[in-house]
Formats: sequence, structure tokens, C-alpha cells
Amino acid sequence: MKFTLSWLKEYLDTDASLDEICTALNDTGLEVEGIENMAEVLKDFSVAKVIKARQHPDADRLRVCDVETKDGMVQVVCGAPNARTGLVGIFAGPGTHVPGTGVDLQTGVIRGVESAGMLCSERELMISEDHDGIIDFDKDIAVGTSAAEALGLDDPIIDIAITPNRPDALGIYGVARDLAAKGLGTLKPMSIEPVEGSFDSPITVSLNFSDGDTKPCPHFMGRFFKGIKNGPSPDWMQRRLRAVGLRPISALVDITNYVTIAYARPLHVFDAAKVSGNIQVRFANEGESLVALDGKTYKLDPTMTVVADDNSAESLGGIMGGEATGCLEDTTDVFLECAYFDPIRTATTGRKLNIQSDARYRFERGIDPTYLNKGVDIATALILEICGGDVSYKTEAGQTPDVKKSYFLRGERVKTLGGLDVELTKQAEILNSLGFETTDKDDGLECAVPTWRPDINGEADLVEEVCRIVGLDNVPEVALPRFNEIAVPVLTVLQKRMLATRRKLATCGLCEAVTWSFLPEEQAKMFGGGKPEVKLANPISVELSDMRPSLLPNLISAVGRNVARGTLDVGLFEVGQTYLGDKPEDETLRACGVRRGNMISRAWNEQARSVDCFDAKADAISALKEAGAPVQSLQVVQGAPEWFHPGRSGTFQLGPKNQLGWFGEIHPYVLEKMGVKGPLVGFEIILNNIPIGKQKSAARPALNVSDLMSVKRDFAFVVSKDTPAGKIEKAAKGADKSLITDVAIFDVFVGDSIGADNKSIAFEITLQPKAKTLTDEEIEAVCAKVISKVEKATGGNLRG
Amino acid sequence: MTETLDLEKLEQDLIAQVNQASDEQALEEVRIGALGKKGTISAMMKGMGKLDPDQRKTTGQALNALKGRVSQALATQKDALKKKAMDLRLATEKVDVTLPARKRGEGTIHPVSQVWEEVVQIFGDLGFSVAEGPHIESDWYNFGALNIPDEHPARQEHDTFYFNPAEDGSRKVLRTHTSPVQIRTMETTEPPIRIIAPGRTFRCDSDQTHTPMFHQVEGLVLDSDIHLGHLKWTLTEFCKAIFELDDVKMRFRSSHFPFTEPSMEIDIGCTWENGQVKIGEGDDWLEILGSGMVHPNVIRAGGLDPDKVQGFAFGVGIDRIAMLKYGIPDLRAFFESDLRWLRHYGFSALNVPNLAGGLS
Repeated sequence: MKFTLSWLKEYLDTDASLDEICTALNDTGLEVEGIENMAEVLKDFSVAKVIKARQHPDADRLRVCDVETKDGMVQVVCGAPNARTGLVGIFAGPGTHVPGTGVDLQTGVIRGVESAGMLCSERELMISEDHDGIIDFDKDIAVGTSAAEALGLDDPIIDIAITPNRPDALGIYGVARDLAAKGLGTLKPMSIEPVEGSFDSPITVSLNFSDGDTKPCPHFMGRFFKGIKNGPSPDWMQRRLRAVGLRPISALVDITNYVTIAYARPLHVFDAAKVSGNIQVRFANEGESLVALDGKTYKLDPTMTVVADDNSAESLGGIMGGEATGCLEDTTDVFLECAYFDPIRTATTGRKLNIQSDARYRFERGIDPTYLNKGVDIATALILEICGGDVSYKTEAGQTPDVKKSYFLRGERVKTLGGLDVELTKQAEILNSLGFETTDKDDGLECAVPTWRPDINGEADLVEEVCRIVGLDNVPEVALPRFNEIAVPVLTVLQKRMLATRRKLATCGLCEAVTWSFLPEEQAKMFGGGKPEVKLANPISVELSDMRPSLLPNLISAVGRNVARGTLDVGLFEVGQTYLGDKPEDETLRACGVRRGNMISRAWNEQARSVDCFDAKADAISALKEAGAPVQSLQVVQGAPEWFHPGRSGTFQLGPKNQLGWFGEIHPYVLEKMGVKGPLVGFEIILNNIPIGKQKSAARPALNVSDLMSVKRDFAFVVSKDTPAGKIEKAAKGADKSLITDVAIFDVFVGDSIGADNKSIAFEITLQPKAKTLTDEEIEAVCAKVISKVEKATGGNLRG
Repeated sequence: MTETLDLEKLEQDLIAQVNQASDEQALEEVRIGALGKKGTISAMMKGMGKLDPDQRKTTGQALNALKGRVSQALATQKDALKKKAMDLRLATEKVDVTLPARKRGEGTIHPVSQVWEEVVQIFGDLGFSVAEGPHIESDWYNFGALNIPDEHPARQEHDTFYFNPAEDGSRKVLRTHTSPVQIRTMETTEPPIRIIAPGRTFRCDSDQTHTPMFHQVEGLVLDSDIHLGHLKWTLTEFCKAIFELDDVKMRFRSSHFPFTEPSMEIDIGCTWENGQVKIGEGDDWLEILGSGMVHPNVIRAGGLDPDKVQGFAFGVGIDRIAMLKYGIPDLRAFFESDLRWLRHYGFSALNVPNLAGGLS
């Protein structure tokens, strides 16, 4: 909300500077968002008078002016068409920074004539877009008067952000009250002389709600004015309204706006000549509509409160008046409305119809429900002063709702909750200055809440009032006691997995990305998602419509963007949440990585090699191992979800019911749909699915190694093509679990020589003797066992 | 005499032959010539049988000594020749060391993750554990329990992402802040409570400075006697620690959040130079934190008794800290996954924040 310093001082008697006022506003919770101080911007500009203007000797369009300035006579060359003898305008001397042009003035010579400064246009001062000529006051103003004062811009404008709990501060009077409580001056008492009125209002009001409950508008006051003249409002009012960002319209409308800004008391005026019969407040009828003052037609429904005449709805209660009964220049009879509308209903209606207005803003936050009579008095005084005419007695319907509230503030509570030592008498003083009525009780204060503070609902709120007025900067800091002298670990297993996996994948050469939790519906469906319950009702765009079922698609898209920028070899990973449903247990933490392009780049000493399925497998195993998965007992089975290449993908599992993740080439169809060129491989593991290992002691088991030379033997088996290598490896290992410490496949061969349906797999086993060197016979016995085990498991034969 | 002279002469000859041998083959011939079965020294040893015992003894000793010295010379020369031959070979094996080394991929950690760990280090030291909650929340956890009733204007300010209503009319939301974790923690934890809850949050807003997803960290402390002074201390110490400064200029302003009472916002002092912000001092202020004493209604909603339990809560933007601390200008770039950006603003895998070594 904006207000000017002079307007504030109408209600606050203070000598405080602008800076002090702004600091106090910030302290009390009325955050200053901006200060517009033209007096500061224009401090080097002042009023000057052209004593004589004569034609420039060498330029038709220029004049040479002798100008009387605050520093004496100077000569200025001026190109403005209105530069003339006797003109009173604004002068800037050499060295002045001109805000409208950004130029620092210098003494110059223009076509051979010296010019020591300039006479300014409004645009050069950045006060309007007018640049047709220089400022011409058209009246005598003392030379040397500051430009801001002469232009009526010497009133600094302060813009504050009002938190939604403070409807009272949506009026300048309320801001003044806070500042007075803060000690920045004295709140001036309201001095409105009520005007009695001299006739009965020809328009009466009634509350006419279908269910009889007047909660939507418990109290409505009105007053009839006749014989008024609605011209432009006076200069002082227009200036203030403009300063706070409101366009002056006519005296009557300006007065309602003025009272809204000054006292947070929205009003409405009906052109009485256009009102048929009497005024009633009721719910809108089904199918009823209203052309509001913004010129738009609104379709109303029976949840909305309207102010109607005998014919139709003429105004949306607490939100906006109707065009049909609006006041115009020729209005002579007026009906003034000053009512209380229910905040929730006002908010709901405003939101439904999408109307913003100063009135709605205040009503939905809660205006003072007891301020109707005073509001009428203030408006009456202004209307009679500015527009003349006669005023009726007040007319009203309903009554002030009971908003009396009182809470007990324990004497020590400001200390025990706010951490602030404040004498009880001082606490009472602060609360009184904010409008609370306090009564001393044993060890505390009974505090009656002022009617303009709907936000005060308990003791904690009272503590806040005292704290914010004393100032939070004055609360002494107190160290939080330590739970443990030396900190103990705080992370959960899953959190540790997340951190470890991230760091590990970065060491594997992948760069961590953080991608949106959303993706387009088409991608959600391609990656196993797209359920209706994880579809946003109000997505920011169709590209971000569904919650991601997997981390892969967003990373694949990211790869695509990098490729489009010319980075062809890309490796990215992400550790984050995925959403298969809308329940907490549907959300899992996953780690996912993708690689695209070359795994090994072309180099003078290397053959380039594209990424393949086994790069993704290696990344996945690294991540799984770091996350604490039992990689030794992990099964790798052929195949993965449908977004992977059906032949070049695999699944990690601990039995068929607990899948930990997948790896492989991304299905080319998926890539094509996503517009990303492969080859592209990836993996995704579900960190939640890794079983939590038994609590192990920090101590490691004893190291048991043998110094005896290990023995290696090679084997090659011809097996059918679809025999998994893993089966051979497992069978070989199983031949002698204590002696065979490693089985390493080093060759896979396919060729006609061994039959088109066969392949040959060659591997090396490592035998590690423990107690004594192995004899040839012992080695032969193990080898024979390996052969029989593998042959039995695979149906293959040792290659001759 | 003659015999002694002969031996000296022989030794000189043999050593000369050894030293002149230009390759291992020649050296081997010298060895055979001297020490082989038919070699000179071997022959002289055989000839000792003809001598009388005294002579045999002295001559034997002399010959043995001679044999030892010649053997030594042979070994030395053999080693020298080997070295020489190796030198010759190595001279041909020169590579151009200015050629590029083999590439090793180096990954990076995203600034959001790095700052996550920094924040956890600081609060972990103060005994805060890390709590979590789902991103898809119920209306109750995101709003109702946090003292934001249906029609509260504050709700409109949240730019909430909604899901479609379920059959029973209830409607899930994407959490607009990390505050729902406060309630979830209270429901499952006996006070004293000290948690932080870092994580993703969502608002239906996207422009120069807003993204529909961002990261916050929530803090919650509940005990019997925690007050605003503890909150101020905690946040002051946090700001000093996270920005790694001895002192940070701070301003505590009264404010309003439905879930705290009293509420305060915290600004830190800063200066702007050439579009870069310098934290900790100066006349400009940057708003970085919202906080306050937990509202009694919130404590009640969490199933605890506000007459017995009280404390504070705060929320701060992780992305915002990252931007301020590491001079990252544009929030939107955080989520674009541009490799150039990830490599430039990312962190080494082994640069794990810790209090002993420093957070950055």
C-alpha cells in the first residue's frame, strides 16, 4: 500500500525523519517496499525566470535566454518553442544529473554562444512524458524555490507491504497508530463533527437473505445527499490519490477512494436518480448478471452478496459497484453506502469472478465492523465540503456484529515466548497505544482486543504485539543448548544412500542434474506413469502436466537439449523422487544415470567407442554398491521395462519380487518419440528397495590371506546361444567355493565353426590355495569338477 | 719375483681385456679365456700341483685373489654394458610428451545437493536430524494443520498446484512449502524435537526469478522452554556458518505467517558490485529467511499440547543460498541441465562439505 508522508502526518504528529519512519515501519512488520522521494531526485533543480529571451544569432530554432536563477543571472541557449521572456520554469545548472536523459550537464557552447545550464521539460525530470516544451508555470513562483515544491512533488511516497493479517494497516490511519505505538509521535484524535441531517432518506435499506441469516452483511448504513455538485475533486485530494496510484475520477468517487485509503473503510455511492425504489442486500438470483464499474459483465450465483434496488442487483457487495447506478459528472442526488461484508464470502465471490478491487482487498481481510457510523460521518463531511448539498438522516439495517474478544496475557509470557524482558506496565502501555484495553490482574493483563484487529486470537498474538513494538532487534540471542557435546550422526539410511550414490556417480564421470518433478503426459505414459491421480489439475504448461514416474525421461530430454547445443557426448545423473501414485508410499527415491555418444572419445592413442549397455550396467553396479546393496548376491536377469531395448537391457533383483533397478539401451522408439538421437543407455535404481543390512560393528573381520601362489586355468565351453553367461560363471564358482576365488569371462565367440545356434564362452578361474601348495592332482580334480558343473548346468561341452 | 710380476702382468692384461670388451659376447669370451676350464687362471691353478707346499700356498692365495678381482671386474663391466645397451634402446623409445593424456570422465555435484549437505552439516552439529515428507500432500498437512484455513487470503498467495479431486471430494496438492513436515514430525516424534526438512517445493509460478519447483529447508525446534532468543541465535549462527563469515549483518523484522506467532523475517546486509552480490555487510538488505514461534494451533494440529511444548520454526531457500553464496545469477538455469552450467557451477565429487575442513 502506498501513502505520502504529508498524508501520514495528517494523523501522526511527529518530527521523525523519513528514514526514521521507514526503519520503524520495517521493525513493526510493515515492510517498506519502496520510497519515492522526488525532493531527493530533484534536489539540484529549482525555479528560475527568463528575464529576456532573444533569437540565437546563428540558429533559427534556438533562443538565447538570460535566466535569473538562485545563483544569479546565467545565459542559457534553449531550443524549446515556448522559451520566452517572462517564463517561469525549472532550471538545472552545470554538474546536475538530469534523470530523464541520464546526462550530467556541462557548460557548453552551442553554435558559438555559451550556455551554462538548461531549462527543463517534464520528461527530463521524469515526471511525465511531456517534451513539447519546457516547463512553464504560467504564474510567478519565487526564483530558487525547489523544483519538487514548485511542482507539488515534495511529498515522499512510501510503499509498504501489508501482511494478510493486518487489514487495519490497509488504511493510513492504522499505519499512524503503529508508528505512534512505536514512539515516533502522537496519534492525532479523529475530529469529525457528525452532521445531523435534515430529512428522511427517500431510499431505505433492508437485509433480505433467503435463509434469514445476515452473516453475509450484518450491518448496512446509508445516507441520502441531494442537490450536490459532482465536479473534479480538489487539487489536494487529486494529488494524494495520484501519489498512491489512483486516477482521480470525480469528487464523489475520489472521496470514497480517499476514505478507503485513509481509514481502510471502503464506501460506495449510488446515483440516487438511477436507483429504483429501495435498497436491499441479498444473495444474487440464479442467472442474474451485473455490469460492474469496470465495464465487464459478471454472471452471478446465489452464493454472492449483492446490493440491489427493486429491480436488479446494482453492486457486488464489498467488491465493486454497478455501472448502471454509478455517479457521473451530472449526478445531483446520491445514496452513500457504508456496510460490513463477510470476509470469506467476499473472498470467494471475488475469486470466482476474478475481480480485484481495493474494496475486496480490504473486506476479505476484515475491516473494522464497528466503524460504519464513523465512516458515514467522515464521508458526509467530505461530500458536504466538496460537493455541497443537503444530507438526510442516517438510515440503517442490521447491527454491529459482536466481535468483542479478550485474552489474558501472563506477565512472564513475553519473556518465556518472546525472549524479551519488558516491565508489565510497559507492556500495558504498548498494548494501550495499539488500542487494546488492558486490565491489571494478578500476574498479568486482561486485554480487550480492538475491533480493527481480527488477527488477534490468543496470548501468542499479544506477545507478538509487544515484541514487534519493542523491536525484534532488541531480543537478546540465547544459545540453543547442545544435545551432545560432540555431535552424533543424524542421517537416516536412505539419506546416506542418497548422498553416497550421488558422490559415487559423480566419480564415475556423470554430472548431476536436478530436473523438474513434472513432465508431459505422453512421456509419463511411455515410462509407466500417466495415472489420473498424479496429473496436475492446473499445470503451468502442457509440457509439465504429470508427475514423473521415472527419472529417465527428464534426463533423456536434458541429453537432447545438450546434443542440440552441440555437446554430443553427454553423461548425466539425478538422485530424486518419482511418483507412481498420490500416496506417500508411492513416492520413491531413485538414482538414475544416462550416457549418450562416445564412452571413449576419438583420440591419437584410443579407438573411439560408443556407449553400450555394459557402461550403464557398470554405473548401476557402482551406485548399488555404494548405496549398500548386496551386489554379490544380486541377480541380473535379461529384460527390463518396456522403455528399454528388449534385447539389450537387464534387471537387478533380489528374487523376482524385489527389483532394485534396470539398465540398458533406451528403446529406439522411445528416443524417436522424444526426438533424441541415440545411442543412449541408462539405468535407474530404486534406493528404497535396497534391504537394510544387519547393524554391523565398525570392526572388520580379520584379514585371511594366503601367501601361496594362486593358480590360474582357462576353459572354453560351447553352449547354446541363449545360455546366460551368468549361469556359467555361477556354475564354475560353485565347483569349489573355497578354492575358486574368481571366475573371469574373457571371450565370447560366435561362428559357424561351432554351429549357428551355439556360442563359445571362455573364462579363467583363479584357485587360491590356503594351507599348502596344490598338487597337480588336486588342480586337475578341481578342473574336472568345474567342467562337470558347467556342462551339467548349461548342457554345453568343453571346447576341444 | 718373476711369478709375482707375471701375475701382476696377467691381471693388468685381463682387466684391460675386460674393460675393452665392447659387448656382452666379447666379455663372455674374456671370461672364458681367463676363468673358463681352459682359461689362463684355471690353467695356472691346475699347474700348482707341481709346486712345493709353501709355494703352493702363497701362489694359491695370490691366484684366488686374482680370480676374485677379475670376477669383480667382469661383473662391473657386464652391468655397464647392459646399462649401455639399455640406454641405446631407450634413446629410440622417445615419445612426444606434449601429446594429450588419456581422458578420464569427471562428474560434478549439483549446487543444490552441495548446499543441502552444507546445511545438514551445520544443523547436524546442533543435533538437528533430517526429516522428510511426501511432495504430494493432503490439503490438511499443507494448509489446514498449518493454521491456514480454506478461505485465508494467505492461501491465495501460495500459487498452489492442485491434483484433480478424488471421489470423496478431497484434493491433493503439491506441497507449497516444506512446513507440512513440521506436522508429520510432531505426529511421530516425542519432544524435544530438533529437525530440519530440506526438499523440493512447488508453486504454480514461472518467470525471471521464479520456477515452478524450488528447494527449501524447514527447521523445527520444540521443547518446553524455547523462545525467540533461541531462534535468533540459531539463525545468526546458521548465517555465519553457511556464508563462512565471522560476522553477518542481520535485520530481524516482524512479519506474519499463519503458522507462527510471533513471526519474523530476516534480512542480511549486502552490497552490490557490478551485478555481483557481496554478503554480510553493506547498506542493502536481502530477505533470506522466514521464521517465528510455532503457532499454538499448529502444535495442537500436530497432536501436542501448546501449554507444555513450545518452540520455533523457520524456512529458507536452498537455491537462494546457493545463488548468494556461489554467485549464481539465474535460478532457472538450476533446472536446465546444461552441461556447461553443471560443470561450471558444480562441485567435485570428493569435495564433501564438512565442518572441520570448511563447508566450501
